[in-house]
Amino acid sequence: MNKATGNEKPLRVGIPRALLYYYYYPMWKVFFEELGAEVVLSSQSTKGILAQGLKHAVDEICLPVKMAFGHVLDLAGKVDYIFLPRLVSVEYRKYICPKFLGLPDMIQRLGDLPSIIDVNINLYKKNYDLYAAVKSVGSLFTSNRLKIWIAYRRSLKALHKYFRLLQLGLMPDEALAVLENRVKNGPLPYPVDLNVAVIGHPYNIYDPYISMNLIGRLKAMGAIVFTAEHVQQKIIESNAARLPKKLFWTLGQRMIGAAFHYLERPDISGVVHVAAFGCGPDSMTGELIERRARALHAPFLNLTLDEHTGEAGIITRLEAFLDMVRWKRAGAVGV
Amino acid sequence: MRVTFPHMGNLYIPLKAMLEYLGVEVVVPPPSSKKTLTLGVKHGPEFACMPLKLNLGNFIEARELGADTVIMAGGCGPCRFGYYAQIEHAILKDIGCDMQMIVLEPPERHISELIVKIKRIAGNRSWWQVIQAIRFGYQKARAVDEVEMAAFKARPKELVPGATDEAYSKALSLIDGASSLDELKVARERSEQIMAGVAREPDRPVLKIGVIGEIYTLLEPFSNQRLERHLGLLGAEVDRSIYLSEWVNDHLFLGLIKGLRSRRDACAAAAPYLRHFVGGHGQETVGSAVNYARAGYDGLVQVFPFTCMPEIVAQSVLPGVGKDYDIPFLTLIMDEHSGEAGLMTRLEAFIDLLSRRKETREAYR
Repeated sequence: MNKATGNEKPLRVGIPRALLYYYYYPMWKVFFEELGAEVVLSSQSTKGILAQGLKHAVDEICLPVKMAFGHVLDLAGKVDYIFLPRLVSVEYRKYICPKFLGLPDMIQRLGDLPSIIDVNINLYKKNYDLYAAVKSVGSLFTSNRLKIWIAYRRSLKALHKYFRLLQLGLMPDEALAVLENRVKNGPLPYPVDLNVAVIGHPYNIYDPYISMNLIGRLKAMGAIVFTAEHVQQKIIESNAARLPKKLFWTLGQRMIGAAFHYLERPDISGVVHVAAFGCGPDSMTGELIERRARALHAPFLNLTLDEHTGEAGIITRLEAFLDMVRWKRAGAVGV
Repeated sequence: MRVTFPHMGNLYIPLKAMLEYLGVEVVVPPPSSKKTLTLGVKHGPEFACMPLKLNLGNFIEARELGADTVIMAGGCGPCRFGYYAQIEHAILKDIGCDMQMIVLEPPERHISELIVKIKRIAGNRSWWQVIQAIRFGYQKARAVDEVEMAAFKARPKELVPGATDEAYSKALSLIDGASSLDELKVARERSEQIMAGVAREPDRPVLKIGVIGEIYTLLEPFSNQRLERHLGLLGAEVDRSIYLSEWVNDHLFLGLIKGLRSRRDACAAAAPYLRHFVGGHGQETVGSAVNYARAGYDGLVQVFPFTCMPEIVAQSVLPGVGKDYDIPFLTLIMDEHSGEAGLMTRLEAFIDLLSRRKETREAYR
């Protein structure tokens, strides 16, 4: 194992811009940079990247994982390592989803890739030693234990700051811009007249290609967009606790808790639920959210995305939904 | 309390025996059929996997026969089966089919959570009787599995078409009819004789096919379009990666009974391809594929319900197994739109491919 020292060229670590990149990227970035590595992100999602993913993944798998395949392949040849941890569980007694558990094995099969850092992250049981996993990753870059510890502490701090920014109502790209000190004066915001919540897996709603810029479009149509990441963990938990049984998916619980919260908030005029075609957790949590929305007579739009989804169809449905929400607010009967 | 439960192949025989041993009144739902599935599809979530829809149909049909309580298993993920019972309960309530649900969950905090639920079913029977009932149920499950294995062996070689099916249903009803451990012993011997009595042509060449995949679609013949029977009739001796009694031994008795195939071997064999469990039976599927390939099987058939997450992961890594061990495999995905004719065509083509491969290999030897 060659270790980066002094004036050598730093090792390059590739991070695919997919899946839980939207939650943990600030942490990973700080960690690797503190250890003297250079972090390389895959390109923004495009049709080309998805096409690569489609070519190499089985047909059955969901759109975001196909996209992740494409992002990993995009990094091939550009980096020394690809960071693709096996995220078994990031929370006590909760999983992410079976596909996250098997992702490194599915990727490994592609061959011809830089070495993959596929450390297991498994907080399912209480006594799991997360720092042991951190150490094993860090030791690829330095043998200095103290350096790894400091990098870990700083990366955690960055992550907490990022989550705080999200809870202030920023979207992940805006929060990243703040963290990286590249906030620019953007164009004036569109005039807004209503609040809409968008509920979905972070890698679906924040990836502008997968969601076909859903959030941007809603903003352009005059809505302020709220997402599950804007809600505090405490509120999520207390809302999700109303279910007859605790959910065992971290992201599913976040979506359910946030959806229940937004459905009951009087200032939120409608909820858009975004699901990936064939997503297992979505098929269950989506049903629960839809039942609740129906019971509360709240405006609710369910969008299911896959690689064949057409942009025009989505726009039509969004426009119709917002029209309905506005009529309802204006006092229309029977909407 | 009139208790019902979902169908999963021959599960009803041991489960009914166990509950009746405890003096519980049991309503076995009508066998899963098109009508069951139609009911489930109508009321269930569109993107839920097929077992949920069939469960739902079973419950609705059992209620028509007078059942008022459902016994269902739970789970703690990541496979969505763990949340089935709660969703099904909500749906049943909404369509005015309010049935009591007793969900047997793996205890989260304390074993007492499970004990309370067993007591709700068993009433004031003693723990000794509960244990006896479980033993009786297990013995029946084992007997049923043995009959099934014998049928897999007999079918490709039967002389009179349909003889195996006839013997199979006769043997099953014998086992189903036994109401005590002694009676079961007799029934077991008798059914063994019945299965051995199927006239066969001993030197007819057969292909050996391992059937792997998700447990429900493996065990429930309605959900897999009677896949194993078709394979048998096409001249293939079938083995299945999961049998009910093995599953019970692995998951409920924690491997207490020795001498049965266990999931540990399968998971160990899966290691180079899938190094972590992925929920459901994903890792077992990959491991069984490796084990079948090592045992010299001619081909593999993987079967799972549409959108089943653990099996999709298994499917993604199976090509590696197929390449390394040079074994062809066919993946069949089942949902409410699957048709038997389409399946037959694919199976015939697969069998043709396998037998040609086998012939060529033997010619070169």
